[in-house]
Amino acid sequence: MTEATKTTEEETIRKEIHKLLQDFSSTRENLIPILQAIQTTFGFIPQEALRETAAFLKISLGEIFGVATFYNQFRFTPPGKHPVKVCLGTACHVRGGNIILEEWERRLQIQEGKVTEDREFSLERVACVGCCALAPVVQVGDIVHGKMSPSAVNGILLQCELAKREEDKTHNGTE
Amino acid sequence: MELNESIKKTIEETFQKIKTQASELWQGTREGEAPYILVGTATCGRASGSFEVFKAFKEEITKHNLNAHVIPVGCMGHCYAEPLVAVRKPGLPSILYGNVSPPAATTIVKHFLRDDNFLPELMLAALEPNDFLPSIADFPRFALETRTILRDFGIIDPENIMDYIARGGYEGLSVALQRDQETIIAQVLASGLRGLGGAGFLTGKKWEICFKADANQKYVICNADEGDPGSFSDRAVIESSPHQVLEGLIIAGYAISASEGYVYIRNEYPLAVKRMKAALQQARDLGLLGKSILGSDYNLDLKVFEGSGAFVCGEETGLIHSLEGKRGMPRHRPPYPALCGLKNAPTLIDNVKTLANIPFIMLDSAQAFAALGTDQSKGTAIFSIAGKINNTGLVEVAMGTTLKELVFDICGGIPKGKKFKAIQIGGPSGGCLSHDFLNTPIDFDSLKEAGAMMGSGGMVVLDEDDCMVDVARYFLDFTQKESCGKCTFCRIGTKQMLLILQDITEGKGNPEDIEVLLDLAEAVHQGSLCGLGKTAPNPILTTLKFFRDEYEAHIAEKQCPAKMCRKLISYYILPEKCERSCEVCVGSCPTEAIYTAKRRIKAIDQEKCVKCGACLDVCPPQYSAVVKFSPADSVPPAPEKLGEEK
Repeated sequence: MTEATKTTEEETIRKEIHKLLQDFSSTRENLIPILQAIQTTFGFIPQEALRETAAFLKISLGEIFGVATFYNQFRFTPPGKHPVKVCLGTACHVRGGNIILEEWERRLQIQEGKVTEDREFSLERVACVGCCALAPVVQVGDIVHGKMSPSAVNGILLQCELAKREEDKTHNGTE
Repeated sequence: MELNESIKKTIEETFQKIKTQASELWQGTREGEAPYILVGTATCGRASGSFEVFKAFKEEITKHNLNAHVIPVGCMGHCYAEPLVAVRKPGLPSILYGNVSPPAATTIVKHFLRDDNFLPELMLAALEPNDFLPSIADFPRFALETRTILRDFGIIDPENIMDYIARGGYEGLSVALQRDQETIIAQVLASGLRGLGGAGFLTGKKWEICFKADANQKYVICNADEGDPGSFSDRAVIESSPHQVLEGLIIAGYAISASEGYVYIRNEYPLAVKRMKAALQQARDLGLLGKSILGSDYNLDLKVFEGSGAFVCGEETGLIHSLEGKRGMPRHRPPYPALCGLKNAPTLIDNVKTLANIPFIMLDSAQAFAALGTDQSKGTAIFSIAGKINNTGLVEVAMGTTLKELVFDICGGIPKGKKFKAIQIGGPSGGCLSHDFLNTPIDFDSLKEAGAMMGSGGMVVLDEDDCMVDVARYFLDFTQKESCGKCTFCRIGTKQMLLILQDITEGKGNPEDIEVLLDLAEAVHQGSLCGLGKTAPNPILTTLKFFRDEYEAHIAEKQCPAKMCRKLISYYILPEKCERSCEVCVGSCPTEAIYTAKRRIKAIDQEKCVKCGACLDVCPPQYSAVVKFSPADSVPPAPEKLGEEK
């Protein structure tokens, strides 16, 4: 990436953030809601956003970074197009959640916490999504898949692949 | 404080006006000529596809030009049979259908709604006793359950405040606002209600302390930061009847004179967040929240705050810090939040299920509530049950019901004919109770005495295939990750305990490990400030107490008696049982470790095997050829590969 494109990108981020901060008053209690709003907009928390928030709330960048890193919700790298969250709550654990996680790692060829090279998938473990009755559970995007098995991982991957092909087709068709 | 008679009258009249309107709407959808279909749309239902089912019903009804209502409802409690659908056609018994797919939905519309055929092959049971179909009353689950808090679950539309009001909702608030605060607190005290978030402190007592605190500004908070892995009761309550919690919260706010408050819900529960936000808006629109509630002079402003996924924020001082925009680290108590909480103002924090009880205590007298349950634990307990159990779901039982009744009668026992081993209660802070404790009554004190705790209402059932050392390791892994790091003993102690447990499960344990674990457990318990650290050793202590032989087998013989710890087991295909021409295990293996040996017998290459257990799962039950061996090196030598024998 050249310096010029990098600055324009930072500029767009800054603009977005300014727009987003208009909904909040400048008090410390709003820090977590602001960080959540940033993550909803960008899918992660860009460095630039932390700097802008620090200036807005008049607290140090270090303090904000300390809060942001304390909570599991916030991530500092962009997620994949399909974020995969493997639940490892108690019920999922005793029903083989870790085996499902390993299967994802094998299929996507990435470790937990990482993103695939084509940025299609990111893989992470979560403590509990509260669907224990359907254990083991995997959340892909907003969709919760219950009663998972290693072979069901393949099925989900295939669905995503087909959806992508369909999308490419319509995309190419309109061009 | 004496309440003015004219204000009382205004409150009553304002409420009755809303109530009449709600009753009319209710009659329109539920008591009219048109049949209605209730579809369970809490998270469990959605994960099983209830959204598609809902759509299918709508489409099919339009297609056949029928007059019927399709209404989304919350959790019916039977998560094992989701998506659940209840169909009522006037003149016929209402039917509960389980595991409904979109095609089944179209069948139900065609055959039941149109042609009056009950479709016995799809139904679970009829909802009312009748002469020709089995009804839910015939199942032990319904006889043993006491549904008071859950009584409207699966009946009302959680996103429609009018449904809740038609069923008697907000009447408790109207009654409360016509009383003075001392009377309300006395009523909650008399009910004997104890906090259902874990600690079991007397709710009325907490209200009294907060009420007596002298301050201009007070806060009221509903704690819905249900972080315990394996527990989902708070989520189900909010998703199924958000107004019930909200009504309890408003009454609590009035009782202590709070002017502002929060519903603190973890962001991992997007549907609960959405439904609670909608509930707040609807209550505001009807004048049940905000300025001059129901025409009284009480004002309360409530907001939803989304927790950002830190387990320790379930602890009340941690929660307060996170509301203040800080790291959610707990602080020393006292002062308790009831005296000095959010922004140093007196703050009342109650759990979701505690608040859901309040409307009933206001309406049915406190004595009626106190009549349920045991001497020291009044009312009912709500549990989410998961793990190795047939009927997973949400259950409400009177306090004092035994664990045995809960596991075997209500939830249908252990699947696949396996043996019950233990029940994990109270998440990472609780403990595992063995077979010997099945006759323990479920109440705060009995569970504590047995070594577990009521906790936040999560139960996970374990069977003979679950290794207790691994379960302890699992919970330590969780608490170690979630420790905020403030107290040295919790931060470093949990890590050391985890490392020891990891070694044991990998066959690298030493005989002195058990003593070291006990020492560390004591130190972490003594040296930690908050509940997370204080209770972190509980899973180790209870498993050591009841299943010490499993620890010893891991350490001395490098053997996992439950054959679960993967470093200590090997998979093997019994040649005499292998069907030989069936290749299902070969296809299931993710690492191509299964090969064909002489006489087409399948065998496992131990070098390649990752011990995922897929072959064991898929091997047809009539062969059951795949078995596990522990210790790992006790596995018989594998037969030669086909083609290599020459």
